[in-house]
Amino acid sequence: MKLGIMVSEGPYQHQASDSAYNFTKAALEKGHEIFRVFFYHDGVNNATRLTVPPQDDRNIVNRWSELAKQYNLDLVVCIAAAQRRGLLDENEAKRNGKDANNIADGFRISGLGQLIEAGIQSERLVVFGD
Amino acid sequence: MTLHTVNKSPFETNSLETCLRLVRSGHNVLLFEDGVYGASKGTRFENMLTEAMQNCKVYILLPDFEARGMQTDSLISGIETVDYTGFVDLVTASERVQSWL
Repeated sequence: MKLGIMVSEGPYQHQASDSAYNFTKAALEKGHEIFRVFFYHDGVNNATRLTVPPQDDRNIVNRWSELAKQYNLDLVVCIAAAQRRGLLDENEAKRNGKDANNIADGFRISGLGQLIEAGIQSERLVVFGD
Repeated sequence: MTLHTVNKSPFETNSLETCLRLVRSGHNVLLFEDGVYGASKGTRFENMLTEAMQNCKVYILLPDFEARGMQTDSLISGIETVDYTGFVDLVTASERVQSWL
């Protein structure tokens, strides 16, 4: 079955990011298709490559990047939420005159239309948040 | 059929109460994350859940329940347990998922 996922909570906040990851992984391992994972509100913080959690802790950001690589996932970050929170890719950094970007591998920045499309194209949309 | 998910403790927010007030007969309810606190025996939510289970099924995500130091013998009778694979199965078996955030 084709599933869409939305994450609206940042990493290491409560548990939404972990739950979303574990759910997505279990669904992929069962052979389901994940149409898209959409990161909205504080969920955009899941996409910064500058996090450095302790070595004995899970690395939430890298974990998403690795899952994306393994299953060719579409990880989309909401642009308006990202700009407010200082999450930029190369284009957005240039466009806004910033000196750096911080988006992790496997994520891309796009608009809210991508969430709407995920809602339409997916047979189920599962929301993880605060 | 709708799957309702509740991820906050009923002692913290009223999302479980709102969910149980609006849940329809034949629907499924999944308690996960801090939502599992509502599933222990002996709290004021026991009657509410027992009553809801006359018309719908209630599940907990077992890894989240165990991560909080609770054991299944303290679970309100009638509540069933699932793992993440079971969570995925509940989602695909339902027509839609309502997350009570």
